[in-house]
Amino acid sequence: MMIWVNQIVQGILLGGYYAAIACGLSFMFSVMRIINLAHGSLAIAAAFALFVLADRFGISPFIGLIAVLPAMALLGWLLHRFILERSQRGGLLVPILSTFGLSIVIDNLLFEQFGANTRSLAPAIGSLSYDSWTISDDISIGKLAALTFVAAVLLLGGLQLFLTRTQLGRAIRATAEDPDTVGLIGINARTVNAAATAIALVTVGIAGAFLAMRATFDPYAGEPQLIFAFEAAVIGGAGSLWGTLLGGIVLGVAQSLGAQIAGQGFLIAGHVVFLAVLFGRLYTQQILAHFAKLVGRTA
Amino acid sequence: MTLLAVENLDVRHGLLQAVRGVNFSIAKGETVALVGANGAGKTTLLRAIAGAQLPTGGRVLMNSMEITKIPSHRRVGMGIALVPEGRKLFSQMTVEENLMLARSAGRRGDWSIDSVLAAFPNLVPRRRAKCGTLSGGEQQATSIGRALMTNPEILLLDEVSLGLSPLAVDRVYASLQSLIGSGATIVLVEQDLRRAMKAANHNICMLEGRIVLEGKSGEITREQITAAYFGLSGTARQEASAP
Repeated sequence: MMIWVNQIVQGILLGGYYAAIACGLSFMFSVMRIINLAHGSLAIAAAFALFVLADRFGISPFIGLIAVLPAMALLGWLLHRFILERSQRGGLLVPILSTFGLSIVIDNLLFEQFGANTRSLAPAIGSLSYDSWTISDDISIGKLAALTFVAAVLLLGGLQLFLTRTQLGRAIRATAEDPDTVGLIGINARTVNAAATAIALVTVGIAGAFLAMRATFDPYAGEPQLIFAFEAAVIGGAGSLWGTLLGGIVLGVAQSLGAQIAGQGFLIAGHVVFLAVLFGRLYTQQILAHFAKLVGRTA
Repeated sequence: MTLLAVENLDVRHGLLQAVRGVNFSIAKGETVALVGANGAGKTTLLRAIAGAQLPTGGRVLMNSMEITKIPSHRRVGMGIALVPEGRKLFSQMTVEENLMLARSAGRRGDWSIDSVLAAFPNLVPRRRAKCGTLSGGEQQATSIGRALMTNPEILLLDEVSLGLSPLAVDRVYASLQSLIGSGATIVLVEQDLRRAMKAANHNICMLEGRIVLEGKSGEITREQITAAYFGLSGTARQEASAP
C-alpha cells in the first residue's frame, strides 16, 4: 500500500518538472497561437550552456542561470523577430514547420559541438542531486525534486501575477485576445509578442536547468521533453497556467503509477492518460448530451 | 488652425476601393459629423486616419506633419484615438484593466481612471467586471473611456450608437456633449442624421467612397444632406468632385 502512496508522491513531484517545461509551451500558445516545436531542443540548448559553464569554469548551475536566462530571453526576442513573426504571416501551419526545422538545426548543432555523450549537471550540484528527507520507511522526498516542484509553482504563480498586475502583462493578455485592436490604444503588438517569446524562453531555460540537474541529457534529448511538455499542456488545458500545473501533476502521477505496475509502464501510462483526456474533451459534449437524454427519458 | 488633413486619400480592401480620392481638413476644436449610407467608406476612412488600415494613395497629415505610413500604435502617441466600430473591448479583462491598457500610449493629461468614471458614472459599479459581461451601453462607455485615457488631441468615434437602446444612446451623447463643450476635436460617424447634425458644427457626407457634400452646420440643410446621402442630388456631387 505504502508503495503506491510513495509512487503518487513521487509522481506529484515529477509533475512539478513537467509543469515547468510545459508552461512556456502553453504560454506561447495562449498568447500567439504558436506551437513551438523547438521547445524541447531549446531547453536542451540551455542545459548545454549551463553544462559548459559548470564543466569549463566550475560555475554552479544556479549561478550559471544568471547568465543563461538573459541569453535565453535575447534568443526568444530574436526567435520572434526572425522566425515566428515572419512564418506567422504564412498561416497557422508555417510556424509549426519552421520551429520543427529549427529544432533539427539546434539538435544537430549541439551534436556537432558536443558529440553523442550523455551529460548531467548532477556532479555540479554536489549532494543536492541525491539528498532527501525521509518521511517514513517507504517514502522519502528528494531535495532536488522538491526544489523543482517549488520552483515550478513559483514560476507559474509569478507568471500569473505578472500577467494580471503589470502593464506589460496586461498588454500581453490584450494582444492575445485581439492583436489588431491593441494598436489603437498605443500598444505595439510586435514588441509585446517579442517580449512574450522572451519570457517563454526564460521559462524554457529554467526547465532545462532542472532537467539537466535531475537526469541526463544528450543533443537529441529535446524531443521527448517536447512530448512531455505537450502532454502536460494539453491535459491541463492549453493556455491556462494553473491548468498546466495540474496537467503536469496528472502526467507525473500516471507515469509513476504506470512504472509501478510494469517496468515499461512509465511512458505508456502517460500516453494513455493524455489520449484519454484528449478524447474525453472531444466527446464530452456528446456524452453529456447522451446522458441528459437518458435522464430525460427515465424522468 | 488645421489639426488634421486628408489629401487625395485612396484606401482599398483587396479589389474593393472603399475610399476614393478624399480631401478634407479639420480645425482644432471642431466637431465633425461624417455621415453616409452603409458601405460609403466612413469606417474605412476613420481606420485609415487612425492607422489601422494603410492607404494605397494620398496623405494624412496631423499638425502639418505627414503620418501616412506611421503605424497605429505610434499615432495614438501623437494624439489620434479611435473608438472602433463594435467597441472592440478586451472581453476577458475588467473595465479597469481595459482603461489601464490605454496608458501604454504614454500620453499624460487630464484623463485618468477616476475622471473617466466620473464622466461615465454607469461604469462605477462595474469597475471590476469583465467587459464581456457588460451591457451594450456600458461597453460603449468603456470603449470611449479607453480612447479618452490616451488623452487624444482628436477623437474618432465610429458608430457609437450602434446596438444601443435609445436611453443608452442619450447617455452616451450627453457625455459627448460635455466633451465637445471642453473644446475637444471630434469626428463622429453616425447613422442617425438628426443626432449627428445636432452634435456637430461641420458636416461631411460620403457616398460610394467619395465626399459628396461638405459644409458648416449653418450653411447646409438637412434636406441637402439627405439628398446627398442617397445620391439623389447630382449638383452636390459635382460641387465636391470639381475642385
